[in-house]
Amino acid sequence: MSPSRTRFALLAPAMVILFFAAAGPLVIVLVYSFLIPGDYGGVVWDFSTDAWFGVVAERDFFTDQLSWADAHLSVFWRSIKLSLMTSVLSLVIGFPTAYFIATRPKGSRDVWMLLIMIPFWTNLLIRTFAIMELIRNEGTINTVLIAMGLVTQPIQMLYTEFSMLVGMTYVYLPLMILPIYASMERLDFSLVEAGYDLYATRWQVLRRVIFPLVKPGVVAGSILVFVPCLGAYVTPRVLGGGKQLMLGNLIELQFGQLRNWPLGAALSLTLLVIVMIALIFYVRAAGNEGNAHG
Amino acid sequence: MIEIDTVSKLFGAGDSAFRALDRVSVTIKENEFFTLLGPSGCGKTTLLRLIAGFEGPTSGKILLDGQDLADKPPYRRPVNTVFQSYALFPHMTVAENVGFGLTMLGKPKSEVAATVSEMLALVRMTNLADRKTSQISGGQQQRVALARALAPRPKVLLLDEPLSALDFKLRKEMQLELKRLQSETGITFVFVTHDQEEALTMSDRIAVMSGGTIRQIGGPREIYDQPSERFVADFIGDTNFLSAEMIARTGDSAQLRLGQGAEVTARAGQVDKTSGAVTLAIRPEHARLVALDAGQLTGTLDDIVYFGTDTHYHITLDGIGTRFVLRRQNSPDEMRPVQQGERVGIALASSAGQVLKD
Ligand SMILES: Nc1ncnc2c1ncn2[C@@H]1O[C@H](COP(=O)(O)OP(=O)(O)O)[C@@H](O)[C@H]1O
Ligand SMILES: [Mg+2]
Repeated sequence: MSPSRTRFALLAPAMVILFFAAAGPLVIVLVYSFLIPGDYGGVVWDFSTDAWFGVVAERDFFTDQLSWADAHLSVFWRSIKLSLMTSVLSLVIGFPTAYFIATRPKGSRDVWMLLIMIPFWTNLLIRTFAIMELIRNEGTINTVLIAMGLVTQPIQMLYTEFSMLVGMTYVYLPLMILPIYASMERLDFSLVEAGYDLYATRWQVLRRVIFPLVKPGVVAGSILVFVPCLGAYVTPRVLGGGKQLMLGNLIELQFGQLRNWPLGAALSLTLLVIVMIALIFYVRAAGNEGNAHG
Repeated sequence: MIEIDTVSKLFGAGDSAFRALDRVSVTIKENEFFTLLGPSGCGKTTLLRLIAGFEGPTSGKILLDGQDLADKPPYRRPVNTVFQSYALFPHMTVAENVGFGLTMLGKPKSEVAATVSEMLALVRMTNLADRKTSQISGGQQQRVALARALAPRPKVLLLDEPLSALDFKLRKEMQLELKRLQSETGITFVFVTHDQEEALTMSDRIAVMSGGTIRQIGGPREIYDQPSERFVADFIGDTNFLSAEMIARTGDSAQLRLGQGAEVTARAGQVDKTSGAVTLAIRPEHARLVALDAGQLTGTLDDIVYFGTDTHYHITLDGIGTRFVLRRQNSPDEMRPVQQGERVGIALASSAGQVLKD
């Protein structure tokens, strides 16, 4: 075989997988988003832009008047807001954790990382229900608070945005710690000493030396947390109690109870676009860092 | 100015603790080029790190200008370090690296810029000010590390084997450059090396270290000519060791009888003995090849090794079997040619030998 043919032959399996696993489904979703919903789910093969229209607007059933689809927009807003907050909270907790582990003696670092990873390998539902057990009205935290006499009524934490934030941070935290730790472990700690030697205080060393050098890990961690958060389904469902929908739940609703597959497809693609925009944003940030490293 | 007062440093705890420094005491003077010399693992870097404040002594005190440094973190000590690996900040330009210390001290931008260009001129790096540190050569990185550490005008500059990564020619050049910088800035340099030649050519004073202790402190000439003990004599330059019997002693001068019977005088140095068996150290260049019956020692010539500027003669001493190396500078007026296997006499320069502590 000629070299170009060999190359094609070697690439072929990857291309096939790529087509069936990524491009194919994407095309199906794209096509569905331009069709009409069937009465009992599924689609009717008639071209329509109604679904896309329905993502952001709605027509009043009786007066035929157009208005913003507030219900959808508030779900978008909540998803983006909670995903951003989860990323920030994970960073605030994950960065010091990664630093702590990276500065342990070599032998014990793996043990610490294992402790971080064990929950990550545990079933998502189990972890989510564990959080639920902690924060529900009759749960551990409220029971202890009441027993100590600090509060008389249980604090409502479950089924709020707070509970979703706590749950998603807990679930996705390892994805923040892992890449930051990877950057941190490669960090030459004599640079940190050089910083101290040149009159930088702890805070200045963190800001001027450590942070710029582990920024690629921070960017990677933020993407790894932000993107799955946007589409999160199980955690918001359990801890938000179906009252606080996120994008994932809204999409599920269209394919399930509401039997509006085209709208579900359009919403899914909207989610994809938001993810793409976020990625471009992050890659820019990482790109600057790349230049800075020369 | 820096007083190191019976400082010990242990790594680890309990019985398995490792004593990296063992009751080290030394005073380093103002404006001095002071060198810590010793083999790898003898505790040189540890001592520097204690002075810089990266680590605290297990016991003992370190004073700077009479002030105890114990509770001062590294960023409160007027001491800067040139790291063995240079440790330049990879995300900053050459100029930003050099200005880092001054910026952290809160100096105004104009002053930082002025000092940075002054420092870059001092180390001849002005034209590379805007390069990233990954885009310059090892020798240039070395200069940047030097400029960065000098820019805040520390009272003391610590240099941890700064030249060991450079090739021979560049190293020679930087040795002269370091000497120049030290005399131009008037800053006290504490320089670490395991290269005895480097130590001898650059230092005002040298502390020879081994196994976490200081074995001898003195000027280069004193260290070379009057090594106090076998380790120092052996580590610095080449030395012949001869067993001898001390038969008389007056002050610094000792009368010795060598194994082959001849009597010589030698410096007694710090040895308190007045009689008994001692070890005598003789530098290879302090002995001459002579006719068989004209010297204090005799032996068989095993090897003649030509080194360009000089020639080494390896001789096995008659009766004792000890190997003796003798060095002679090559000159146009060649001496009587000698051959391998020939029996020769060795004449020792008067009072050239040094009696060593046990
Ligand atoms: N952080 C440390 N933990 C344990 N042992 C150390 C540590 N730092 C240095 N040592 C040991 O102390 C000894 C002296 O080290 P060092 O001061 O680096 O020697 P040198 O710079 O003279 O080569 C070495 O045996 C080294 O293994
Ligand atoms: Mg060292």
